[in-house]
Amino acid sequence: MARIRLILLPLLLSMTGLSLASAAEPTPGRQAELIHLLRHDCGSCHGMRLQGGLGPPLTPDRLETLSSEQLSATILHGRPGTPMPPWRPFLTREEALWLARQLKGGVAR
Amino acid sequence: MRALLLSLLLLLQGAATAADCELRGTGDLGLVIERASGSLQVLDTTTHRALFRVEGLGDLSHASAVYSRDERYAYIFGRDGGLTKVDILCGRVVKRIVQGGNSIGGAISQDGRLVAVSNYEPGGVKVFSAEDLSLVADIPATRTDKGKGSKTVGLVDAPGQRFVFSLYDTGEIWILGMKDPAHPKLTKFTGIGRLPYDGLVTPDGRHYIAGLFGEDGLAMLDLWHPEKGVRRILDHYGKGEQKLPVYKMPHLEGWAIAGDRAFFPAVGRHEVLVMDMENWQEVGRIPVHGQPVFVMARPDGRQLWVNFAFPNNDTVQVIDSESLEIIKTLKTGKGTLHMEFTPRGEEVWISVRDKDEIQIYDTDTQALKGRIPAKKPSGIFFTDRAHKTGL
Repeated sequence: MARIRLILLPLLLSMTGLSLASAAEPTPGRQAELIHLLRHDCGSCHGMRLQGGLGPPLTPDRLETLSSEQLSATILHGRPGTPMPPWRPFLTREEALWLARQLKGGVAR
Repeated sequence: MRALLLSLLLLLQGAATAADCELRGTGDLGLVIERASGSLQVLDTTTHRALFRVEGLGDLSHASAVYSRDERYAYIFGRDGGLTKVDILCGRVVKRIVQGGNSIGGAISQDGRLVAVSNYEPGGVKVFSAEDLSLVADIPATRTDKGKGSKTVGLVDAPGQRFVFSLYDTGEIWILGMKDPAHPKLTKFTGIGRLPYDGLVTPDGRHYIAGLFGEDGLAMLDLWHPEKGVRRILDHYGKGEQKLPVYKMPHLEGWAIAGDRAFFPAVGRHEVLVMDMENWQEVGRIPVHGQPVFVMARPDGRQLWVNFAFPNNDTVQVIDSESLEIIKTLKTGKGTLHMEFTPRGEEVWISVRDKDEIQIYDTDTQALKGRIPAKKPSGIFFTDRAHKTGL
């Protein structure tokens, strides 16, 4: 029964025209992995508390002028000419967007 | 009578203090940085034990340490600009200051009296008294076209009471002479190459070498002959080749030198580079498991131990420095961040972040000899660094 509900839920959501983004929200387990990646691997340049290092700080005030879409594009494709690499091999579009929203929402402490 | 009482009192007081501290030498001690919790543990390499945990060191997400020449005090450089002096015999903080907004590392002077810190924010280098961490000199960096001070990286000590460092944003190498602490003497070399990301000094203290992120090759300065300027070495290396994305910047600290050859991490490639120290020419490349972060030579130079950047940071490879063959591939675990040899190289201690432990290996057999629990461990620093130039 639980499995059926899991299959039905996204179906229902897409039928009712709800945003796909919320349906594609990473699972709680994956969210924990993404936050770990953010702190430890993004953190090797941006600082584990995301206050900056060789790379710029990723605090909400510093990211204010950028949309989540722009940020997720930078995450996925990197910034040519700088050390920022593309994370596309490790992240889906939805996951990058979710991370971008976390950053703008103040996951940095 | 009063004098007798006083000395008795002093004696008692001394005993009380000593009870909290170890009465021993420190030559077989070290420390491990616990990056997520802002703490460190003092390690005993003879008994394979942790002696103390010291807390309250701030943001240690990128941290390094140097030792006083008596090997009793460690100076910890934290990401948040914190500089902390720790007494490793007593497991306590002696003094802590926040000297900048964001720092990357530091060095201790030849005579052990000065500690220098290189800063990302606001850029530049500050020099402190090793005794009480009071400010001795403040050296701002060149301003970038955005008006901010350049980030400074690759700060090392050099003979002649000098510090040497690189300016990341403006592509410079500076020598800071501290013979007369009241009158710091700066020698600047500009146009050394784009985006120097780290630097090292050879173990004899003669050559300073900066790795360049923005272009191929390395920038080299002969500190015996600074008047000859900075020259480019391994210039041809990597020309026209597509680099891989770099998920963690390699470290040049402790450049591995074995015999007349130097081994160091390639940037953006799954290779360890081999260079002839006589003529600074590349003489080989060793294909390895991932992009190397640290390439460390066992103290006798016979083996090289290599760890790797994300997503290959669960592995360590051991290379025979004579045959250039990989003799062992160890699956240490995700987040294998750093390696440190015991002073004479019979063991190597490896920090494995995601397993929350230090693994101790016999370097001859590459067999696991022991484990020490540590919270998200990163850098491991043993006290024998106290007497090595550049460490």
